[in-house]
Amino acid sequence: MAVREGLLALLQDEPRYGYQLKTEFESATGGVWPLNVGQVYTTLDRLERDGLVGVEHVDDQKRYALTDGGRDALGSWWDAVPADDPPPRDELMLKVLMAIEKGHDHALRVVTHQRTALTALLRDRRRQRATAEGTGGDLAPALVTEALIVRAEADLRWLDQCEARVMSAAAEATTRSSDRTNGGSR
Amino acid sequence: MTMTTTHEYVPSSGTPAAMIEFRAVTKTFGDGPSSVRALVDVDLVIPAGEFVTVMGPSGCGKSTLLHLVGAIEVPTAGVVAVGGADVAGLPLEDQARLRRVDIGYVFQSLNLIPSLSAAENVMLPLELDGETPRAARTAAEAALAQVGIDHEIDRAPDEFSGGQRQRIAIARAIVGDRRILLADEPTGALDTATGDGVVELLARLSNEHGVTVLMVTHEPRFSSWADRTVFLRDGVVVDDTGDSA
Repeated sequence: MAVREGLLALLQDEPRYGYQLKTEFESATGGVWPLNVGQVYTTLDRLERDGLVGVEHVDDQKRYALTDGGRDALGSWWDAVPADDPPPRDELMLKVLMAIEKGHDHALRVVTHQRTALTALLRDRRRQRATAEGTGGDLAPALVTEALIVRAEADLRWLDQCEARVMSAAAEATTRSSDRTNGGSR
Repeated sequence: MTMTTTHEYVPSSGTPAAMIEFRAVTKTFGDGPSSVRALVDVDLVIPAGEFVTVMGPSGCGKSTLLHLVGAIEVPTAGVVAVGGADVAGLPLEDQARLRRVDIGYVFQSLNLIPSLSAAENVMLPLELDGETPRAARTAAEAALAQVGIDHEIDRAPDEFSGGQRQRIAIARAIVGDRRILLADEPTGALDTATGDGVVELLARLSNEHGVTVLMVTHEPRFSSWADRTVFLRDGVVVDDTGDSA
């Protein structure tokens, strides 16, 4: 996960204490990515081991700062593009691909059920966002909700395409089998 | 739910529990082997004030569903009841009144008459129904305010943006306190943000003003503003978020 890089990014401007990093990480990610303190210190230990952060002791507390190596690593991270290689493997996709193996009718049932549930989920997220906007919410949580909405939309679009493809495959199969029947009766 | 359907026309002031009801509705176009079954044995109950979207692939019967509610089509079998009355059983005069007084339509485009101002477009249905110009103007101003258009209402439609034009069309569809709004891909010609604004308005009309809204769309984004989504496939209702909500 990108917690490492998140911590480096928070250290970009000035040194920080461990607990401060935990709080700032959670606030920057809109409250959807809670960290426990242990996880933060373990990650910081690894960053120190890899020479990406340096530690100084201030009033008996460890304060962390980026090293030159850390600054380079952070620079590369800002520039790097998340690659879809290996291909995306999510549960929804797996479920639909497996359902197709079980026949067209089963696949359509699974697609329909998933789509209905996802539509209800999208509606709930929409309401959540409307409530957040109504109370003058912060930018980070609003963008997180927007990301969830857009991803749900993408999944729904994909399910629509699955439905269309499965239906046309089913229609072709019916045509083929009736051709065979007609041929056999001749 | 069970409900006694009568051929008696229920006036606008009545608020029946089910504003729109389909009972075992089948709609077939054409005869013989070339006939097309647009809807097959559809059962659907839409309470007053609910915002329902209808989704499904092209040609699945979405628009036919709207046309049956609006008495533009009559079912081949089954009953479509609006406000508790079997629409097909109503005298023609009452069917026309239902279309004129109780139901408003919004389409993807071509909603407004270009040579009339925004206000005149909204006044039109009331004037056709015999309202005085003064009363129609007052009602039009109120409807336009409800959709967030409260100035420059005497300008021509083409002087407004696409989203504003659709809002004016919605004002015309609800003017005179119509209880049912039928919307067929009303966001089809709009960008995402503008479309969101239009659908949010429909949701508000339903939540705050008790308008029953039935909207056809193929966009999950816009559908998610609704209280409930019904999915059609080959004329059959295959699922309904209302069942689990």
